[in-house]
Amino acid sequence: MGKAWTFGENMNTDEIIPGRFNITIDPLELARNVFCEVKPDYAARVKPGDIVVGGQNFGCGSSREHAPVAIKGSQAKCVIAASYARIFFRNAINIGLPILECPAAAADITEGDEIDVYLATGLIRNLTNGHVYQARPLPAFVMKIAKAGGIVNFLKNHDVQELMA
Amino acid sequence: MGTLVEEIFSRKAGREVHAGEIVLVDVDTIMSHDNTTPLAIKAFREIGKPIFDKNKIVIHFDHAYPAPNLLAAEAQKKGLDFMKEQGITQFYHQGVCHQVMIEEGFITPGAIVIGADSHSNTYGALGAFGAGFGSTEIGVAWVTGKCWFSIPQTIRIELSNATQPGVFAKDVMIYIAGKLGMDGGTYRSVEFGGEYIGRLPVHERIVFSNMSTEIGAKCGLIAADAITLAYLAAETRAQGSYEQILPVNPQYEKIIAIDVSTIEPQVACHPDVDNAKALREVEGLAVDEVYIGTCTNARYEDLEIVAGMLKGKTVYPHTRVIVTPASTQIYKKAMQNGLIEILMEAGCTVTGTGCGACIGRHGGVLAPGERALTTMNRNFIGRMGSPLAEIYLASPASAAAAALTGKITDPRLYLA
Repeated sequence: MGKAWTFGENMNTDEIIPGRFNITIDPLELARNVFCEVKPDYAARVKPGDIVVGGQNFGCGSSREHAPVAIKGSQAKCVIAASYARIFFRNAINIGLPILECPAAAADITEGDEIDVYLATGLIRNLTNGHVYQARPLPAFVMKIAKAGGIVNFLKNHDVQELMA
Repeated sequence: MGTLVEEIFSRKAGREVHAGEIVLVDVDTIMSHDNTTPLAIKAFREIGKPIFDKNKIVIHFDHAYPAPNLLAAEAQKKGLDFMKEQGITQFYHQGVCHQVMIEEGFITPGAIVIGADSHSNTYGALGAFGAGFGSTEIGVAWVTGKCWFSIPQTIRIELSNATQPGVFAKDVMIYIAGKLGMDGGTYRSVEFGGEYIGRLPVHERIVFSNMSTEIGAKCGLIAADAITLAYLAAETRAQGSYEQILPVNPQYEKIIAIDVSTIEPQVACHPDVDNAKALREVEGLAVDEVYIGTCTNARYEDLEIVAGMLKGKTVYPHTRVIVTPASTQIYKKAMQNGLIEILMEAGCTVTGTGCGACIGRHGGVLAPGERALTTMNRNFIGRMGSPLAEIYLASPASAAAAALTGKITDPRLYLA
């Protein structure tokens, strides 16, 4: 169970982590400034297991992986958004940040709601208002990467061809 | 049979592929830069397997080069040490990665190029597939030589007629971004065509592919034609044979037709690229900085337009006017032909090549409360420094007009 932190539409990578902080790749260092301009109290007050909730086109903008790394570094459990920008979606999968696409949840959840997320099934429960949402399931090969904890871990023990097997 | 993106991937996959399919294919070139290479090295080290083929790897230092601070210097030293250790010799620091990729001949029709930079879409202007990827995938591709792709649906943008004088590819693209919105092309291949594109020189075509990123597109493709081949021969070191790939009985998700003769000079206003307005609607807005640079609009022809407008004149005294040529090749040509001298005489600050002020870390950082008019491709809050600064995007001609007056000004007043 975690607390929801809500963000608007088209949340871009500069808003997730401004370019001037991308001189490091350390997740904890990046997490210190994550969302610093759009939600200045997030970095100091987020607790392990909290949930980041976004609108349409979450993570648009640059290809910087620093954005999902910064969110993962903040120890948020996952991101729930109505939709994701293409590169952010790939990056999050590749670095092992769980992301769920669920327009209903994104529209309904408000800041501070207590949320339970079951990553394996995509089921999302809002304990504050009692609503239940079902996220779209991820494609099979994406699940393989996500289950391994990211593409790097997957490749340590598998050949790349096994992704499509 | 299919759209341009389907045709390109069908050749690579060795079978006919269509939108919605997921394929794992060999990539031709894997690009990264000083900002994104460190994380790729980290992924590479963690995987713990050797490089598949170092001749596929190209690394550029352009985002903050030469290093403006100690952290950037340390990151770049790590990158250099890695290249020495691995014997990676395709290393460049002669300007913005995308321009140098084209000049050095890595971009040819039908090639599949993945880049750890969102504007890798730029390569679509030469009929190549180019798209942006995160650093981890770049490190993965170093090891595997491959990448997985979900073949996208295609939106065709059919551009007819010719633009009015004073209206450039940048104006047309800002207009398109305004129509489609920042997520109007998400996950899609956007194919640009029509009689306007057919006559357009490559340096202007690049603007469309480059900014297809700003509407969320996976790639922004323009089919190679005689103009493409002539450009490759004259302006790049591309060698060898390549096929001119065309769409064959394509099934488009959507076709958007635009008569470009109806478009007037445009500005993408603070704080979003799709906040597009006719320039006259914001005319007179004071600007503290004019920045002419980036992978979008700092090519020789762009500098030629700016120099033509500034020749014999002086820029507005309280406006910083910064010109950052996209590459050393461009800088040299501009110098040889007297453009740099004209710009300097007019009071511009001409910097070394690279990404410059576009990434907000050096070369023209904005203070709180400042407003910039730039030839960049994106105007996100905080992009050029302070989150309390405003960024407006326009063509090089509109930038030159603002340089003269210190405010947003119709370039047609100054174009000969």
